[in-house]
Amino acid sequence: MMRAWNQGATALCLLLGLAVTCLGSATSLAREDLRIDITQGRFDPIPIAVRPFYGTQPDTETLGTHVADVISANLHRSGLFDPIDPAAFIGPVTGVQVRPRFGNWAALKAEALVKGSITPEPDGRLKFEYRLWDVARRADLVASSFTTPERNWRRVAHLISDQIYERVTGETGYFDTRIVYIAETGPRDRRVKRLAVMDQDGANHRYLTDGKHLVLTPRFSPTAQELVYLGYYQRNRPRVYLFNIVTGQQAVLGDFPGMTLAPRFAPDGTSVIMSMAKDGATNIYTLDLATRVQRRLTGSVSDINVSPTYSPDGEQVVFVSDRTGTKQLYVMRDDGSNMVRISREKGQYDTPVWSPRGDLIAFTKTRPPVPGSTDRYYIGVMRPDGRGERLLVGGYLVEGPTWSPNGRVLLYAEEQLERATGTIRRVLRSVDLTGQNHRVVPTPLEASDPAWSGLLQ
Amino acid sequence: MGIRSLLFVAASLVLAACAQDPDTTETSGAGTTTAPAVTAPAPAATAPVAPVAAGPVPGSEEEFLVEVGDRVFFDYERSDISEEARLTLDRQALWLNRYTDITVVIEGHCDERGTREYNLALGERRANAVRQYLIASGIDAARIETISYGKERPVALGSDEASWALNRRGVTVIN
Repeated sequence: MMRAWNQGATALCLLLGLAVTCLGSATSLAREDLRIDITQGRFDPIPIAVRPFYGTQPDTETLGTHVADVISANLHRSGLFDPIDPAAFIGPVTGVQVRPRFGNWAALKAEALVKGSITPEPDGRLKFEYRLWDVARRADLVASSFTTPERNWRRVAHLISDQIYERVTGETGYFDTRIVYIAETGPRDRRVKRLAVMDQDGANHRYLTDGKHLVLTPRFSPTAQELVYLGYYQRNRPRVYLFNIVTGQQAVLGDFPGMTLAPRFAPDGTSVIMSMAKDGATNIYTLDLATRVQRRLTGSVSDINVSPTYSPDGEQVVFVSDRTGTKQLYVMRDDGSNMVRISREKGQYDTPVWSPRGDLIAFTKTRPPVPGSTDRYYIGVMRPDGRGERLLVGGYLVEGPTWSPNGRVLLYAEEQLERATGTIRRVLRSVDLTGQNHRVVPTPLEASDPAWSGLLQ
Repeated sequence: MGIRSLLFVAASLVLAACAQDPDTTETSGAGTTTAPAVTAPAPAATAPVAPVAAGPVPGSEEEFLVEVGDRVFFDYERSDISEEARLTLDRQALWLNRYTDITVVIEGHCDERGTREYNLALGERRANAVRQYLIASGIDAARIETISYGKERPVALGSDEASWALNRRGVTVIN
């Protein structure tokens, strides 16, 4: 467990240009203790104290507080941890090597404690060290260090958050990730829409387009370096574009005679699956990014087949089709064969997305309101064979779920209708797989069409 | 000095905001009420602008809007051409057969319900239904392009049946 985790973290950090060291924590003492089973519906969040990281100089001291704040906020938003207010902390901040006074932390009812240090290296980089302690057993659970330029401090805080989350839950984290979405302003009939990207906690927010052209439905590549999305650019014709976030360059994807839409990368990043709408029919195509070879997977002459996404192994595709007269979900092989309908309950289904773990498909569902509720749209999950359907959240209009890389949390877009004034407000929200931990994801403007990246590299 | 120049910037921003107002009041004014008084289907809603009493210039966009009618409407999640839509499209075909150098783009639109991606596809199907009707009425296919906006460009801004009915539309736009 520890060994596997260290290899993962090392690979991750080498790509980031970080140096990572395992401090060789004494995990043998405490293997089965501080752990929560997040597959259960309800649990009490673990009280955790995240001390400001110890800094030997004024600027690293301030930074130490920021790092602790980012970690605390991440853990708090997960719903699995209950960070203790730092105002209650007792005693001076000490370095990572100083053994905690466990009695002080037990008095605060802390079950877990994070201590860390920030030390300048001779080459100007900073060394971030931390250790996670089990307060009751007075034993350390995980520890490591990252050496990197100061500007990477937020990513270090996210990586540490991911390690703490993984150690306590047994599942990989999702904090070192980004979200791409559509930022919206203006009246409803003249909406200005811009591509925007931010860290999962809302930091490092930036706009990628200027709002002069309509842009919709961005999706990350597996490396999160590229996006595919729908843009109304040349002669205002809607086409799928491939956009490189690093270089800022973009190009139309493929040479199609009609509107292309609903793009998503294959899990290996070598091709894109999308739909083309022409002459009243919408069919699903793949485009190989290296060879530019196009392949058609559905052959309807008047139906809509749209919103295709791959299973994580790339062998199957789930999509929505109205071939029976209502919108339902279908699964087929990646060559278009063996198509079967999987949605079976009452209502219509839309925007399916396969969980990164492969065990579930999330979707948008619409059905007439049930008595006593104004909900019309729902976000739900079902198994890939269509069984075990569960609706997680409903609303006037909710749509477009996107998974956290560990398959525990869903982001989606909500249009909140204020009936008294008739105004609509568009926000991003999140909910976890158990239907708990409902949150608004703060954005500077109104927002729609979220897509979550995988863990950054 | 610093404050003074800041104030100047603030003042220019206000001016800039005001300058945009005349452009936006028409639609946003209508939008704040729930009644979708925005763009009715028939020519009557489009107030004649030309001061000349003689009426719109033959073959002009204005004539098309006033005398012919530029849009047809669809039922929820449907793309069938209704009887009422046929009357409008028959007039459009007649007009386009008269002015044969004019080309058009058919815009397909949806109401706000439903997901973005499905509505983009549905908008294309609606635009195509209009296009096929005009082609069957003798208009050269090369003169008619289509574009779907899905649910991105409503004209009526309420969240009610009346607004949705006006937004589920196919609009013939003269190039």
